[in-house]
Amino acid sequence: MNTCPDKVVHMMHDYLDEELSQENEKELKQHLQECEACRTHFHELKRTIAFVQSTSHIQAPSNFTKSVMNKLPKEKKKVGMERWFKKHPMIVAAAVFFLLMSGSLFTTWNDGKEFAFTKSENIVVDGQTVIVPQGEIVEEDIVVHNGDLRVEGEVKGDVTLINGKRYMAGAGTITGDIEEIDQAFEWLWYNIKSSFQELGDLVQSDEKNE
Amino acid sequence: MELIIKKRIKQVLKGDQNAYGEIVELYKDKVYHVCYRMLGNRHEAEDMAQEAFIRAYTNIHKFDIDRKFSTWLYRIATNLCIDRIRKKKPDYYLDAEVSGTEGLTMYSQIQTDEPLPEEEVESMELQSTIQKEISTLPEKYRSVIVLKYIEELSLKEISDILDLPLGTVKTRIHRGREALRKQLRTL
Repeated sequence: MNTCPDKVVHMMHDYLDEELSQENEKELKQHLQECEACRTHFHELKRTIAFVQSTSHIQAPSNFTKSVMNKLPKEKKKVGMERWFKKHPMIVAAAVFFLLMSGSLFTTWNDGKEFAFTKSENIVVDGQTVIVPQGEIVEEDIVVHNGDLRVEGEVKGDVTLINGKRYMAGAGTITGDIEEIDQAFEWLWYNIKSSFQELGDLVQSDEKNE
Repeated sequence: MELIIKKRIKQVLKGDQNAYGEIVELYKDKVYHVCYRMLGNRHEAEDMAQEAFIRAYTNIHKFDIDRKFSTWLYRIATNLCIDRIRKKKPDYYLDAEVSGTEGLTMYSQIQTDEPLPEEEVESMELQSTIQKEISTLPEKYRSVIVLKYIEELSLKEISDILDLPLGTVKTRIHRGREALRKQLRTL
């Protein structure tokens, strides 16, 4: 039976873990040469390690990967979406913004169902039709919502028609731009364009002010 | 290797399940082997190894991409095996001696599909003896011995995998080695 101090066995293990200092290694080697019991102990340890390491590397069954893949939870669309949302907060924010913006635009479009037009001294209204009578000259822009415009005289400004038709009499002239908006999409586009224009005007007036 | 794995993990995170297949393919043998040495049973080892890969997949978003994937994967696998060992009620082992007989194990009572070549028998017997001795080690020594000598991992990596202080890992390896030495000295 081994009667050597525990320290020797401890050194053996440190040696096997490759953590024994050089001095201690010398000490251990010297002791092993002198003490047979310790030599046997050390030899047994090394043999044990060799045995354990000799166990052959076994391979996973051939269909292993396939069965793992079959058992994986199917990517739920919801999970995928949530992960996507988490990863792209900017896109989500932009989408929400766009949704709300377009929502409010559609409401304004739907709200504007009733007949409306820019008031001007020289125009006549007949039912849902705005008439610029013959010989009259309208100096400013005309905007007509949900109504028609009949031009018999002259319009010097721009004309914008939303959900309406434009009739031109033979003598009628429009000097400015003409814009007719019938559909929701165009209405949206018009809104965006005009808000940009307003922005542009604002910037320009700012520049002028400076 | 690690670079490829990182690339594949990023693809998995984007929802590409096929990329995970490649990860499984690369690690299946190692993970299966660890499980086998821990549990000493091929069937259970396959179950646990598969479970480890499934858990790794479902928790892949928790994996810190800057760390070593294999360490993380081994950790899942060894924890599963340790849980399994702890929960396991004593049941029948194929290589347990049948009561009332001497040296007769269940293996000898089960017909094998294909007879083993004679020359392999001896090494097979030695292998199964070693495996049996590893299986009788307490689970805390078994896991460190398996990771150190069968997977050849460093002490530091083992301490990461098992989430134990380095000193504890060393002590367990020492004790595990001593226990195995006593069991295998007669071979």
